[in-house]
Amino acid sequence: MRHEPGARIIFKQSWGSYHLFRLEAPAIAAKARPGQFLMIKVSDTPFPLLRRPISIHSREKKTLEVFFQIAGLGTQILARKSEGETLDLIGPLGKGFDLGGHLKETSACLVGGGRGIAPLYQLGRALQIKGARVRVLYGGRSKADLPLRKRFREAGLDVRCSTDDGTLGFRGFVTELLEAEIKRRRPDKIFVCGPDPMMKKTAEIALALGIPAQISLESMMGCGFGACWGCVKRIRKGDKGAWRKICEDGPVFRAEDIVWEGTE
Amino acid sequence: MVDLSVDLGFLKLRNPVLTASGTFGYGLEFAPLIDLRKIGGIVVKGLYYGPREGNPPPRLVETTGGLINAIGLQGVGVEAFAADVLPRLRKIDTPILVNVCGGSDDEYLKAVEFLERQDGIAAYELNISCPNVERNGFCPALFTDSTHGLVKAVKAASHRPIIVKLSPNVTSVVDIAKAAEDGGADGISLINTLLALAVNVETRRPKLANLFGGLSGPAIKPIALRMVYQVATAVKIPVIGLGGIMTGADALEFLIVGAKAVQVGTANFVDPAAAIRISAEMRNFCKARGIPRVSDLVGTLKI
Repeated sequence: MRHEPGARIIFKQSWGSYHLFRLEAPAIAAKARPGQFLMIKVSDTPFPLLRRPISIHSREKKTLEVFFQIAGLGTQILARKSEGETLDLIGPLGKGFDLGGHLKETSACLVGGGRGIAPLYQLGRALQIKGARVRVLYGGRSKADLPLRKRFREAGLDVRCSTDDGTLGFRGFVTELLEAEIKRRRPDKIFVCGPDPMMKKTAEIALALGIPAQISLESMMGCGFGACWGCVKRIRKGDKGAWRKICEDGPVFRAEDIVWEGTE
Repeated sequence: MVDLSVDLGFLKLRNPVLTASGTFGYGLEFAPLIDLRKIGGIVVKGLYYGPREGNPPPRLVETTGGLINAIGLQGVGVEAFAADVLPRLRKIDTPILVNVCGGSDDEYLKAVEFLERQDGIAAYELNISCPNVERNGFCPALFTDSTHGLVKAVKAASHRPIIVKLSPNVTSVVDIAKAAEDGGADGISLINTLLALAVNVETRRPKLANLFGGLSGPAIKPIALRMVYQVATAVKIPVIGLGGIMTGADALEFLIVGAKAVQVGTANFVDPAAAIRISAEMRNFCKARGIPRVSDLVGTLKI
């Protein structure tokens, strides 16, 4: 975990409410693993007060990319930043995905919903380098919610899209596309990030079929590094479960460990 | 050179800035980011005798200039703290203050009696004012008799200094402070969070699962200053001020109204180095104005 108060935005691309920044953050980039996140300060004043947790989308030697959607005031202010401006970052935070060791002959299915696609890019590339066959299922409400599909394909990743309204790819929820894909060819591992109801459904599908699944949770956070205990989820550890910190114990958990309390 | 040290009578601090309980974890969470030896003192997250589950999420909501929390004092309990955390904290040359909680007088005593047998604790901060553990923010700090009785009992069971952390959710904070002083408190810290509520207009549900939570952050600073002033002018024991401190100037306001030291809370989340930055800003303020000791400013409000 490092504090980089002056990470420069060297590239910015926007698609409606979705934005991608490339940041010069060598200290964090050197350590970042797939599924970890940053806490980004969006304002120099005490309003809004707290940092915002944002997934790491990709990393190179000295740079990081973040991909986010405007979801409230904090991300709205963040989206207004331009190339050349600097951001105050803390990261990399959380434990990230467990890629596993030997991945030759392994097939992995990555399921992303909306902005939840963000951490799956670095994960997909890392799995591929380790020899896994990677399929990415990318779902959203409409075609406009799937701006990264080209980017994934350019990285050599096999992407299938789904939209709720049928404007692109499979018409329906990405969880339905997942069920169809599993029937076609059963993956050895599933990795998921998206809205809670979608992750809950994916966890149910994976558990019913006995496919190991890792789920990356999202939460509002006070600090991002385990000090405030504000971002908890009920997680089992061979017991009935306790409130565990999404920031520090997660954000990635095994599907069988998550208790989906209060998810509608 | 500006002298930043302060003497609380029962405890000397290298600088007047402590980290507030509940906003700095058990201290070690911040070790990768900052030098813990530069902090005046660390008040660790509130501990009950046993482990505690805490409240269901959502536990946090951000408001204008503030943060409402209803964590519910989730924690490991004093035994796990003494076994897993305290040995590592002892290696840091910074006073460690343990914030002690309880659901009854007996539970506070049980925690203190256990902690009495552990080395490396400079003082206790008696948390009698958390608004998130009982219905409607109920806590001992709401009443003079419960405050007095509890402080007296804990003081009798302890050889260490006791700071009593007060609630702002009362009609007369001065009466409560005097009750704590009469009970034998060595110092007072205030304010804990203000009992608060936020509502989602779409769902018409409270934004926190606990309904109410405690408001902290810069929004509460003027209220905290008023209460610190009232208490500091009414009691003889040292007062530690807290509530919304984000900058060195904020901290100096608390000293001027009578606090001998301050605690930094919510600011730690935004800026992990907040406590260190704030004491540096206090030093720079004094240096620029030729004030030799930061303690010279304590209680110097001109009315």
